Amino acid sequence: MAEPVLTLTDLHKSFGALKATDGVSLTLNPGEIHALIGPNGAGKSTLIGQISGRVLPDAGTITFRGHDITRLDVAQRARLGLGRSFQISSLIPDYSARRNVMLALQARQGHSFRFLMPVMRDRGLRDRADAILDRVGLRGRASVPSAELSHGERRLLEIAVALALEPACFLLDEPMAGMGAEGVGALVTFLRDLKTEAPILLVEHDMDAVFALADRLSVLVYGQVIATGTVDEIRNDPRVREAYLGEEA
Amino acid sequence: MADIKREYALNALLALGLLLVPIWALYNGAPFTITLFTRIAILALAGIGLNIALGLGGMVSFGHAVYFGLGGYVAGILAQHAFNGAPILGLPGTNQMLIIWPVAMVLSGLLAAVIGAFSLRTSGIFFIMITLAFAQMVYYFAVSWPAYGGEDGLPIYVRNQFPGLNTMRPFELFIVCWGVLMLALGVFALIRASRFGAALMAIRQNPDRVASLGINPFGVKLAAFVISGMITGLAGALMADLSRFASPAAMAWTMSGELIVIIILGGTGRLFGPVAGAAFLVGFEVFFGGLTEHWKLWLGLVLLAAVLFNRGGIVALIAGRERLG
Amino acid sequence: MTAALLFEQFLNGLQFGLMLFLMSAGLTLVFGVMGLINLAHGSLFMIGAFFCAAAAGLTGNFWLGLAAGMAAAAAAGALIEMTVLRRLYSRDHLDQVLATYALILILSEGTKILFGPFPLYLDVPPLLTGTVNLGLTEYPLYRLALIGFGLLVAVGLWFLIARTRLGVRIRAGENDREMIAALGVNIRALYTVVFALGAGLAGMAGALVGAVQSVQVGMGEPVLILAFVVIVIGGIGSIRGAMVGALMVGIIDTMGRFLLPRIFATFMEVNQASGVGAALASMLIYLLMALVLVIKPKGLFPIHG
Repeated sequence: MAEPVLTLTDLHKSFGALKATDGVSLTLNPGEIHALIGPNGAGKSTLIGQISGRVLPDAGTITFRGHDITRLDVAQRARLGLGRSFQISSLIPDYSARRNVMLALQARQGHSFRFLMPVMRDRGLRDRADAILDRVGLRGRASVPSAELSHGERRLLEIAVALALEPACFLLDEPMAGMGAEGVGALVTFLRDLKTEAPILLVEHDMDAVFALADRLSVLVYGQVIATGTVDEIRNDPRVREAYLGEEA
Repeated sequence: MADIKREYALNALLALGLLLVPIWALYNGAPFTITLFTRIAILALAGIGLNIALGLGGMVSFGHAVYFGLGGYVAGILAQHAFNGAPILGLPGTNQMLIIWPVAMVLSGLLAAVIGAFSLRTSGIFFIMITLAFAQMVYYFAVSWPAYGGEDGLPIYVRNQFPGLNTMRPFELFIVCWGVLMLALGVFALIRASRFGAALMAIRQNPDRVASLGINPFGVKLAAFVISGMITGLAGALMADLSRFASPAAMAWTMSGELIVIIILGGTGRLFGPVAGAAFLVGFEVFFGGLTEHWKLWLGLVLLAAVLFNRGGIVALIAGRERLG
Repeated sequence: MTAALLFEQFLNGLQFGLMLFLMSAGLTLVFGVMGLINLAHGSLFMIGAFFCAAAAGLTGNFWLGLAAGMAAAAAAGALIEMTVLRRLYSRDHLDQVLATYALILILSEGTKILFGPFPLYLDVPPLLTGTVNLGLTEYPLYRLALIGFGLLVAVGLWFLIARTRLGVRIRAGENDREMIAALGVNIRALYTVVFALGAGLAGMAGALVGAVQSVQVGMGEPVLILAFVVIVIGGIGSIRGAMVGALMVGIIDTMGRFLLPRIFATFMEVNQASGVGAALASMLIYLLMALVLVIKPKGLFPIHG
């Protein structure tokens, strides 16, 4: 089996007495969708924060494509090929959908210290942005400011921005949140196709979508991974049933 | 689209009006008017500098007067050394604007790099207070350093020279300042439309998102802050030549406040915002200053009303709010 | 240089620091509770000084003047809070800066209209004139009283915030605005009270300092900027930080101005040394601020995270 793209080894993070991440280890392999699930307050956000670089772990290491990225900042990790979408849509509000994608393309090229050429007249950049918008079905909304897009459209634009980065792995934080059933169905199809380009670490609350998509699942409870396995293994794991059903009952 | 046309029309009106009134004044013997318009051009130039940091990058610097004042001291100090023939740091002084300007810009840029490196570690209210405090530090240094006039400032006996023009004539000095202003407007427009500008304006709106794309917000902001300081420093050098005086007052916190007022009243981030703001401020002072010695009270009230009731300044009032394609 | 001189300068620094604390406490409270940056805080300092000088001049009684100064500043504070600042809490800092800058213009010109363009002078109260023997040195009684006064107010403020109902609400307001609104506290009234309290402290500082310097328009802003340095060092929103920061700034600034020219004089020509020393001394507290920022970007006692 190929080397994992992303490896977390024994991560720890506490806020005061609260152990938000308590010895988490997991891997993301090429070509897979690895879903991370867990009840509210299990520490998913903190874990995502540590992978993306917004939160520094107290102990443990994060390895990405052979590099130790544990101490790198958000921008450095992104440049190495870590592409993420945000749980709550986080776009550039005044920028059109096209400009949001163009900014990601420009970041991918690493050419942000160019002062002279007008970026909107850069046909190459524009056409590639439009092609990506086409792929997620937003081509017709290219010139609408992202603040004026609908909720579902903003979720798609999040994906488009992540696509523009051509990352080596996707970190998708609840991409389906707030989407209608139809939108979720389309996105499931899209992500299944996407994982062949780069593996996806998927944090998602929509269990139907997770079960439909995930090659592997990890269940996070109180900052610990209590189980990792295929969909069937997880469904039948007594600890998971207890944690989940106990939580929800 | 009508909005964009109106903005173009307003910009053209401002650029030409700024040129045509002094030409009229030249032929009607009104040198005071020419000097007034020179002041508008220089303040607008200083405002363009701040507009890059504040308007495009969202960095509310309350200490931009420090670059304005520093530029003035560069003009004053180099002129003094040219006048008395004493070398400065082993080099001769100069009274050539074309040498003074780059020196003023480089030194202002260096100062902005140092101040920015500290202040950009913070944001929001901290940033405002820290930029103010650092500017005040340099101000007190200038006031208490006796070699170049201290509290009294530094007179420039003969205006620095520009090749082919007699800068002692008000109109010829005005043309120099107007030309520099137009150039700076061009630079601002280029930066705003460039990839750098795209990153900078995006950072203003959502720095976390930009970082997650792989662009380090700190580097982009620092670069913008340095460019911003350089342009304001250049304006300071011109102002010292206009008033023939390098003054510590140009570094005072009130000047920093005035620069912010110019930008906000004109229109934050808008190309001609600083021009509209500077014209308004100077016009207000001349008009109301002639009516009452308490004109600043009225300025305060107008400003307060502008903040509370109108968003977007003069340019937005005429051409609507801006949309970024 | 004698121990007596050094001790005297230390006391001067302490007194300066405590007056700065009176200014900074209100500023930092207003930021901590309302999230407002108030440039017009220096104007309230000025208002306190002017009303104190005028009332003391009219009645011949310093203490009546001090009460008038504090009352005028607190009233002016409450008035601008209710008419203007209240609309700015939800705005961004730029709007707050601009509106309170406008308030400086209005209040400064208003003061000129009310009291005339010339400085006023305020006499030290007869009770506190003269000097007192502190063993090492004779020290002006009034300045010593300022130190005592500043310490007293600091203790009072600590008691108010740590031990009273109002204090509980202020602390709650710093942590969670929605929470205290949900608990049924009248948040508008709370904000006005907090603002008036801060304004009253600034007015008190202005009135007290007015007796050792001239009372004039524009006297508030240099103090305001020093108060900014204080709360950047101390941590925005922290009263304890304001106290520590104010004492550091007061003592370092005063001692620096006294010592640096003398230190430079040991290896430079005296004339030159006093220039260089004075110039560097004027920068000391800002360098201190830069140092604090490098080590602790949110100040020594951060309250927000």
